[in-house]
Amino acid sequence: MTMPFYVAPEQLMKDRADFAQKGIARGRSLVARLYADGIIIVAENPSRNLRKISEIYDRIAFAGVGRYNEYDQLRIAGIRHADMKGYQYSREDVDPQALANQYAQMLGQIFTHDTKPLEVEIVVASVGKDREGDRLFHIRYDGSVSDEDEFAVLGGEAETIIERVADGFNIEDDESAALSSCVSAIAGDRELGVEELEVGLLRRGEDGRLFERLENSAIQTLMNGS
Amino acid sequence: MSLPNFDVSEDPGPSFFQLLRQQNENVFDVPKVENSDLIEITHGTTVVAAKFSDGVVIAGDRRATSGNLISYRTMQKVFPADKTSAVAIAGAAGPAIEMVKLFQLQLEHYEKVEGRTLSTEGKANQLSQMLRAHLPAAMQGMVVVPIFAGYDSDSNHGRLFAFDVTGGRYEESDFVASGSGSLFAKTAIKLDYDIDASADETINLLIKALFTAADDDSATGGPDKMRGIYPLVASITADGYTELEESDIAARFDRLLGEGS
Repeated sequence: MTMPFYVAPEQLMKDRADFAQKGIARGRSLVARLYADGIIIVAENPSRNLRKISEIYDRIAFAGVGRYNEYDQLRIAGIRHADMKGYQYSREDVDPQALANQYAQMLGQIFTHDTKPLEVEIVVASVGKDREGDRLFHIRYDGSVSDEDEFAVLGGEAETIIERVADGFNIEDDESAALSSCVSAIAGDRELGVEELEVGLLRRGEDGRLFERLENSAIQTLMNGS
Repeated sequence: MSLPNFDVSEDPGPSFFQLLRQQNENVFDVPKVENSDLIEITHGTTVVAAKFSDGVVIAGDRRATSGNLISYRTMQKVFPADKTSAVAIAGAAGPAIEMVKLFQLQLEHYEKVEGRTLSTEGKANQLSQMLRAHLPAAMQGMVVVPIFAGYDSDSNHGRLFAFDVTGGRYEESDFVASGSGSLFAKTAIKLDYDIDASADETINLLIKALFTAADDDSATGGPDKMRGIYPLVASITADGYTELEESDIAARFDRLLGEGS
């Protein structure tokens, strides 16, 4: 009879966490932050087709970093969840908190039970009717959730980028100032052109689908505006 | 409600309709009803649409009837399907409105999952498939006959589709009408129709057509000045779907009646 090797649970969890972190750290970074009129999400992404930022529902957006196929699967699951809920109840009943909890459960479940944890980190952002209603949930590979009041940084070099975003963060920033702050935080000493950026916005509004993806020309105009 | 997640072989893809099926929500299943002709089902009536030089105008009256009774005076029969298309419905009100809701969601769901909108042809096909799924209910008296109108940004012109109960889809080159007053409305349009007309002229033509239908068909509602209820009119051009202001429609009716035509 063969005996399985004993591995201490601490070691097992640590190995899994290390594995996931390594995968995530390899990817380029993403910043989501609140500003005067809503929430802006900026990612360094040279691809026009493999997107990191997406619309989920009227007021809710999704962004992910890490392995593309894994966060894209989460993105689609989120859209399905939101559309099903809106269909069965009402559009107002689709809330970011429930979605964030679902994501957390799914990631947590996979982290502890599956052969391999997901190498992703995601944010669920939601714009309210006023600033008090804005929500930003940061969900990690192991299912841990944090509710951010100002901003979230995902991906490689997160610690340095957090410092740069926090430095001079102002909730009263307008759209172009908010975009510039995110871009310079991601870029650091480098120069980032518009073709290397992906930008999604949740602009405060009364109703309807508030998510907007900015085209290159719109990003350029906004960057020049500050 | 948990996160819907599927095996690769069972993944519903970008179809919301398919997703509902996977989740065992068979929206078009109807229990077999015996003597269904004893029940009066609420019906929506006349809807019309016509192409013009820069797009399509689509319009519908506001009346819903159950047999000889008026059951609702302010029913909406013209709906935006997405930013560049609209759907108008005639027939059994309950299933028709449900179908519109599903259709809107289907287009939105596809757009979000795939990251781009369906082609106009693709949208019309989706509606056709929904009608086909609805056929068992239609056979029990819950007939729904929609009109679909959209602005096709590939070919830069408006497109118009008529449907039948079985899901048959027919692209129309000029105008279309559906519902109990459609015969009268269609005749009115036919007499004055001009494909090169402006949006303004086409709107007036459809308003006149709905007025003619209401004049001769008791199930079609005409302009109700006493309550301030007027047909709903929307235009779809390269700029997207725009509903006309009620005051604008009221003024057009005043002019129409003032002319005595």
